[in-house]
Amino acid sequence: MLNILYFASVRERLGRSAEELALPVGVRDVAGLIRHLGQRGGAWEDLAGIRNLRCAVNQQMVPLDSPLADGDEVAFFPPVTGG
Amino acid sequence: MPVRIQEADFDIGGELADFCRADPRIGALASFVGLVRDVSGGDGVSEMSLEHYPGMTEKALAAIVGEALQRWSLIDALVIHRVGRLLPGDRIVLVAVAAAHRAEAFAACEFIMDYLKTRAPFWKRELTAAGARWVEARDDDDRAAERWRQPGG
Repeated sequence: MLNILYFASVRERLGRSAEELALPVGVRDVAGLIRHLGQRGGAWEDLAGIRNLRCAVNQQMVPLDSPLADGDEVAFFPPVTGG
Repeated sequence: MPVRIQEADFDIGGELADFCRADPRIGALASFVGLVRDVSGGDGVSEMSLEHYPGMTEKALAAIVGEALQRWSLIDALVIHRVGRLLPGDRIVLVAVAAAHRAEAFAACEFIMDYLKTRAPFWKRELTAAGARWVEARDDDDRAAERWRQPGG
């Protein structure tokens, strides 16, 4: 299973903060997961088009071509604005 | 290297005093406090809320502080960052760096803030007369963090 989290404006656009998803067949990296989620249609189709979409795998910020494995925690969010 | 995420306010004087108490090696204590402003992009801001990614936030801040401790000769560093609902004038973040001498303390304090701004998973949402909106990341913050990049790093 993947544990997927959505934060801030990304969470609002998708209307979801978290979900568990069996690692889809053929999905090997973050970009593949984004394409898979986009097949849901509606707001999910926009995920790939979100400017500056950031991703963390297992709580480390990573580029979108980073590999995924069963059991990973994946998070999608906009650029950070703390401080 | 204490890192704390909390909804509650913090007392600047008390925190700084506790942080450098009982370590006579400390000759310099540099600190930064970030506050909520009442204006953003020309619009009045009446309220702000701060969201974060529990778990990752603590790790990201610990990694930033750890990098500062490696780069400079420091004695310790402290980061306190608030989350939840904040009003103009409220304190958001405290960074304090203790060192033997001021140059290291000043530099590391600025480094920690610049990296916090671009690497720690916090998101601000501000309330204006036109409604609530997510704060956009600023290119200036990316440039500020970029200047600390080391060759091969």
